[in-house]
Amino acid sequence: MSDLTALTAAELGSKIASREVSSREVVDAHYDRIAKVDDKVHAFLHLDTEGARKQADEVDARIAKGEKLGPLAGVPLALKDVIVQKNVPTTAGSKILEGWRPPYDATVVKRLREAGIVILGKTNMDEFAMGSSTEHSAYGPTHNPWDLERIPGGSGGGSSAAVAARMAPLGIGTDTGGSIRQPGAVTGTVGMKPTYGGVSRHGLIAFSSSLDQAGPVTRNILDAALLHEVIGGHDPMDSTSIDAPVPPVVEAARAADVSGMRIGVVREFAGDGYQPDVSARVDEAVALLTKLGAEVVEVSCPHFVHALPAYYLIAPSECSSNLARFDAMRYGLRVGDDGTKSAEEVTSLTRAAGFGAEVKRRIMIGTYALSSGYYDAYYGQAQKVRTLITRDFEAAFEQVDVLVSPTTPTTAFKIGERVDDPMQMYFADLCTIPSNLSGGAAMSVPVGVDSNNLPVGLQVMAPAMADDRPYRVGAALEAALTEQWGGSLLSRAPELEESK
Amino acid sequence: MSDLMPYDEAVEKFDPVFGLEVHVELGTATKMFCGCSTVFGAEPNTQTCPTCLGMPGALPVVNELGVEGAIRIGLALNCSIAPWSRFARKNYFYPDMPKNFQTSQYDEPICFDGYLDVEVDGETIRVGIERAHMEEDTGKSLHVGGATGRIQGASHSLVDYNRAGIPLIEIVTKPVEGIGARTPQVARAVVGEIREIVRGLGVSEARMERGQLRCDANLSLRRSPDVPFGTRSETKNVNSLRSVERAFTYEIRRQAALLTDGGTVVQETRHFHEDNGSTTSGRIKEEAEDYRYFPEPDLVPVAPPAEWVQKLRAALPERPSERRRRLQSEWGFSDKDMASAVGAGAVDLIEATVAAGTTSDTARKWWLGELARRANENGLDLDAQGVTPAQIAELQSLVDSGRLNDKLARQVLEGVLAGEGSPTEVVQARGLEVVSDTGALSAAVDEAIAANPDVADKIRAGKVAAAGALVGAVMKATKGSADAKTVRDLILEKLGTV
Amino acid sequence: MSVITRAEVQHLAKLARIELTDDELDHYSGQLDVILSSIAQISEVAADDIPPTSHPLPLTNVMRPDQVRPSLPANDVLAGAPAAEQQRFRVPQILGDEQ
Repeated sequence: MSDLTALTAAELGSKIASREVSSREVVDAHYDRIAKVDDKVHAFLHLDTEGARKQADEVDARIAKGEKLGPLAGVPLALKDVIVQKNVPTTAGSKILEGWRPPYDATVVKRLREAGIVILGKTNMDEFAMGSSTEHSAYGPTHNPWDLERIPGGSGGGSSAAVAARMAPLGIGTDTGGSIRQPGAVTGTVGMKPTYGGVSRHGLIAFSSSLDQAGPVTRNILDAALLHEVIGGHDPMDSTSIDAPVPPVVEAARAADVSGMRIGVVREFAGDGYQPDVSARVDEAVALLTKLGAEVVEVSCPHFVHALPAYYLIAPSECSSNLARFDAMRYGLRVGDDGTKSAEEVTSLTRAAGFGAEVKRRIMIGTYALSSGYYDAYYGQAQKVRTLITRDFEAAFEQVDVLVSPTTPTTAFKIGERVDDPMQMYFADLCTIPSNLSGGAAMSVPVGVDSNNLPVGLQVMAPAMADDRPYRVGAALEAALTEQWGGSLLSRAPELEESK
Repeated sequence: MSDLMPYDEAVEKFDPVFGLEVHVELGTATKMFCGCSTVFGAEPNTQTCPTCLGMPGALPVVNELGVEGAIRIGLALNCSIAPWSRFARKNYFYPDMPKNFQTSQYDEPICFDGYLDVEVDGETIRVGIERAHMEEDTGKSLHVGGATGRIQGASHSLVDYNRAGIPLIEIVTKPVEGIGARTPQVARAVVGEIREIVRGLGVSEARMERGQLRCDANLSLRRSPDVPFGTRSETKNVNSLRSVERAFTYEIRRQAALLTDGGTVVQETRHFHEDNGSTTSGRIKEEAEDYRYFPEPDLVPVAPPAEWVQKLRAALPERPSERRRRLQSEWGFSDKDMASAVGAGAVDLIEATVAAGTTSDTARKWWLGELARRANENGLDLDAQGVTPAQIAELQSLVDSGRLNDKLARQVLEGVLAGEGSPTEVVQARGLEVVSDTGALSAAVDEAIAANPDVADKIRAGKVAAAGALVGAVMKATKGSADAKTVRDLILEKLGTV
Repeated sequence: MSVITRAEVQHLAKLARIELTDDELDHYSGQLDVILSSIAQISEVAADDIPPTSHPLPLTNVMRPDQVRPSLPANDVLAGAPAAEQQRFRVPQILGDEQ
């Protein structure tokens, strides 16, 4: 039974459809795996075993009746706890929402249900998605399945670790500055940030509204594409949702062909500060792409170096406003209401007790950047830099179809190593942020390991609504590398059930 | 309470400058950013959803009719309509505001730079409109544990978010100067005109007693028109036409006294009190508000296509001034009568009463006579008294048919105002019908003659005018329910003078 | 040179409604200063004529028709409330002005 957790989502989907196995068996196999390894990994914050089993049984019943469901029907999934699910605890990794059960479903959740995908539970994350290591979760850190002393990336470390450790074949993450891709890179999984507006944000607890985007976390490219197709597409509940069909991502993943594609290597994302064997794996992947028929050139994007500071003004500014609603009046934590304190005091005490250090830090940076007298120098200026970065992309995409870079400058660092040094922590998102600022699509593809047997990711960036291109590149690389390695990268990860 | 200067002295010494911020709740079926109903008076928190409750993850989507309403108001106020406009977040904490930011507009409002003409004492005064922008209303708090239901002294509050998210259009005037002593009157006329415009457009019922039209009154004084504006106060909660006039009168007197005493006006929020017509200072804030406006990232810009604006412009109803001219000629009112009707906010009421079947003169007499007197006594706007034009028309038809005399009609009106039902229902319930049955009155007349033999003798001697005293006695005895003409005829008949 | 003072941090905490202890104030003053100093370089990057981007996609006029959708049942609305009374959210005394 346990080998069910080694299969891809596409394989599981076809076995369930052909009634070779039931969705219920698949779901139970994953809960077994969770029971065995999650005390070491701590990927999940909440398991909805009852709801998941009920849903699995429903899928099985529909299949038994001969209904034709989608390719992922009955396949289990790990949902980042930043997405609301009706009546299921949703915390966004924060104490301030402990115990809150949303009265509604996110659009992403509705679409997962409609596709028959079974949600196993909610996964750990940096509080309100602010962080690059999942250490800022109010519920304790998640550990990297490749090395339990190391971080699984963040903010979506829980979903990526769950997928990497075979606790779920599918995961959903959200990416504001790299929170799908950077965990993907350091856990050896595929992480896709769709074009901004490609997946509805309705029901995604906002961190930075103009940057947030939900996307797939999987062990291979095809699964990511299948999941992307399920969650993507226009939603009238989200004003920033693109009213156009989902780009042909599944077709691109199946084609796995880069012949004739023009690929640009971002010159600015190499050199000092980049771990040498990260750069080496990226160079090898680029060489492989050339071999596979792509035309590779070096491209300069001079403003990308300013992306990090621009991001650390825009995201905190928006979050200072988005998180104002956590005031102890309508839902969530309330502290200090002893009958003598005012609403204002209770709000301040609750936010002091309910928010962690990183959230407070960012709220204060954002409050500062938006305040009168500073707006133009900070927030306003960051918005201009955003324009410059978008122009860099536009100029680059006149020459090439996609841009590539390391996903993150280093492989997974040790838990605790950077937690008291915000600037070092922020550096992990250096390469992923430009795509959030411009709104384009970007993916992290596993391309090898470093000398410590820690995964390295290659980032593939494409223009808005060209989400199919990263899938083409990713699938071609994946096919060639799997052949080269004689199996998937994840098969080289330590077997958690035997260790310790 | 600080000292007040007599009004005449205040406006002689100082030059008042005023401005208004008028909030109009649009009468759309749904809220500005979600599909919740806006019906007035629903059970608390039954017209709310994740979006208008500010729940985590919920997003706003703009109500198209809300934008249309804003544009139509802008056009009626002679504004330019921005070809590109955006929503912004106004950040501040308040328990009745679910997101702790108000989705509003900041530096890119949808309507800007217009004007409004008001007629006061036959003179037309043009008031500049700075902007009209879209925003959302807040929830409503019930303050519990205090003596008065006011926020001060309450132990806690209970919040209902049904109103949160209802579309508001905020209309901001430019500073109005050079009006002098007529400032309160002109300000009132501006609010009245805006009310008439939005009602004419059909975008809002604009019932001030329900908070569908609310205004903030800004006032500053200066020594002479050639010096810069003084510091202004902003008086909130001025929620009737009458209150607008009273609040400005009070502020002029207060600021004048303050400035004359060598004091300075503080830029502050003040509150208007309906009961005594005064304003008091709001809480002094330790620090200036910093709303940290920034473009709302959850909404995309509104860029109304020129064809849409053109279509809305072409479909605008007649302007209030044109309408007034038309009605004046239809009704045959003198300029003076029309001016009083406009000043009292009675034009719509008279029109509706005429439409319900009375003559224009009758409608005018009711609304500008008896009803205006009562409204004034009770400190209410004319239309906030609880009697409708249709009821007035019904009452008049009872008079016309002889079932009621003037005195009884006033009693019936009292019943209607007390909520006892329609005029016909009040007549039945209170038994207030004119008695013109001679049989029933005969005994009363006989008694009156017997009780006043000297008067009876005079009448017998041909002094018919003396009959009035006997009619009065009969009316008194029948508690006014007798038909006076019938009584008189009966008296004369019995005393043989006919 | 310090970009942000302790007093400013205190002011920000008040605006943001976060109660901070003295230790926290010191801690955050130092950290915000480091972060803002390194971010400050951005002020020289873009020329005046560069337009700001507040939204990554050039969408306009996304609107919905004025049609009523069902609201939540009041029980669901109040289920997560820290305190409720008379089908309303019960909140501590509001020290401010009437809105």
